Amino acid sequence: MDILYLLIPLSTVLVLGIIGVFGWALHGGQFDDLEQHGAQILQADAGSVDPCQGP
Amino acid sequence: MVERTQPGASVHYADGPVRGFALAAVVWGVVGMLVGVIIAAQLTFPDMTYGIPWLSYGRLRPLHTNAVIFAFGGCALMATSLHVVQRTCQVPLFAPKLASFVFWGWQAVIVAAAVSLPLGYTQGKEYAELEWPIDLLIAVVWVAYAIVFFGTIGVRKVRHIYVANWFFGAFIIAVALLHIVNSAAMPVSLTKSYSAYAGVQDAMVQWWYGHNAVGFFLTAGFLGMMYYYIPKQAERPVYSYRLSIVHFWALIFTYMWAGPHHLHYTALPDWAQSVGMIFSLVLLAPSWGGMINGVMTLSGAWHKLRDDPILKFLIVALSFYGMSTFEGPMMSIKTVNSLSHYTDWTIGHVHSGALGWVGFISMGSLYYLIPRMFGQTKMFSTRAIELHFWIATLGVVLYIAAMWIAGVMQGLMWRALNADGTLVYTFVESVKATWPFYFIRLCGGLLYLGGMGVMAWNVVMTVRSGQAKPALIPRLATA
Repeated sequence: MDILYLLIPLSTVLVLGIIGVFGWALHGGQFDDLEQHGAQILQADAGSVDPCQGP
Repeated sequence: MVERTQPGASVHYADGPVRGFALAAVVWGVVGMLVGVIIAAQLTFPDMTYGIPWLSYGRLRPLHTNAVIFAFGGCALMATSLHVVQRTCQVPLFAPKLASFVFWGWQAVIVAAAVSLPLGYTQGKEYAELEWPIDLLIAVVWVAYAIVFFGTIGVRKVRHIYVANWFFGAFIIAVALLHIVNSAAMPVSLTKSYSAYAGVQDAMVQWWYGHNAVGFFLTAGFLGMMYYYIPKQAERPVYSYRLSIVHFWALIFTYMWAGPHHLHYTALPDWAQSVGMIFSLVLLAPSWGGMINGVMTLSGAWHKLRDDPILKFLIVALSFYGMSTFEGPMMSIKTVNSLSHYTDWTIGHVHSGALGWVGFISMGSLYYLIPRMFGQTKMFSTRAIELHFWIATLGVVLYIAAMWIAGVMQGLMWRALNADGTLVYTFVESVKATWPFYFIRLCGGLLYLGGMGVMAWNVVMTVRSGQAKPALIPRLATA
């Protein structure tokens, strides 16, 4: 099962990468205000054509 | 924490590729499901294509799987991910020209597959059959797609990255990795190559790829759709946004090692099979957490389910997701697998996920997306959506019930032994006993295809009565 010498390190590197991204998200404030973030998509975009809100 | 659109910055979303992919998804959906019905008919009536090699089952079956997964599913994922990432980041696409290249490149991959597979060019790896030149094109297009998607996130105006983007992002990265590792091959000519791995090594890489393709292509990507389009269509935020974050991280941490359950009782070492089984069982928890979270988004507004066929699609998709993610871990248990493996139960399981979950969530999302991409708020005919929903649901139920019964029956017949240790049934007796179920499956598939035809008509009418206007990026209220 020589292939495990490829797949296990690959998956380990991947898990370490995921942990890194998770750490970035956690400390970067991505999860600071979860309830409000969940609702934001509903107010942010009323529809695809939005003539009343130009720049 | 949100900033205003800066003066001079682009004020319109780049929706061209979204429109293209959304319409392509419908077209390839009809084609892929039609090929599925043809091969279901071949299993019922084996002589129906008169032995014409280009139409033989062995060549059309990979055409069906590639068309529905990568053409229908892939276009639906690209349409929705490129729509969601712009709307949740409040910026137009990063590198819109590159996004157009992704669209045309992906269509080229699909056409190349539709030509090369019936001609018999194949690497012989399930869900990775395409020969090496097409594999290279896939890799280039996919990298371009990743640049567009992550570039858009990079220039976002909304600080928080919405959970749907995390799912789409994981899907894009994982599929790139899986495709490159699994498709490594030594070409001997333009149309022939040999895998870089041999024997059981190749089998392990193949199912590491195969199962993670299910996990990241057919699950994570479509969960991205689920977390955006269900709240939008229900006009309510996700039941628990906190749980959606837990769902994401738990799912991507556990998925990578479930693959060996495809190789139970093979030359793969026993411990690797057991690891695969355990990780598969663990996956039940995040999957059901996500399913319950999505369904409970309607909590307090269940009446919407009665009148809104789009919500019916989206919520029934989740119930099939829940069923499939319960059934999958159960089938990964070695003792259950000894009955189910190599039978049509597996086909039933795959299609409860593919038709019920992936198909329905895509259809629901496209029904939300397509009118809005053509200057309207709803599809041409809501009654046609309702009709589509009911015939498709009936089709799925017929399909999976027939395959469950056929699968368990086959498993029991194959392992039935006489007192002296000889087999009770020959293989062909189990084939004969399966015939009525193949016929029922064909009827289910025809219904599902019919529903897709209704959708295609509805989409044509919607597009004809609308027009593709550039959508303004709304000026944001500061959060």
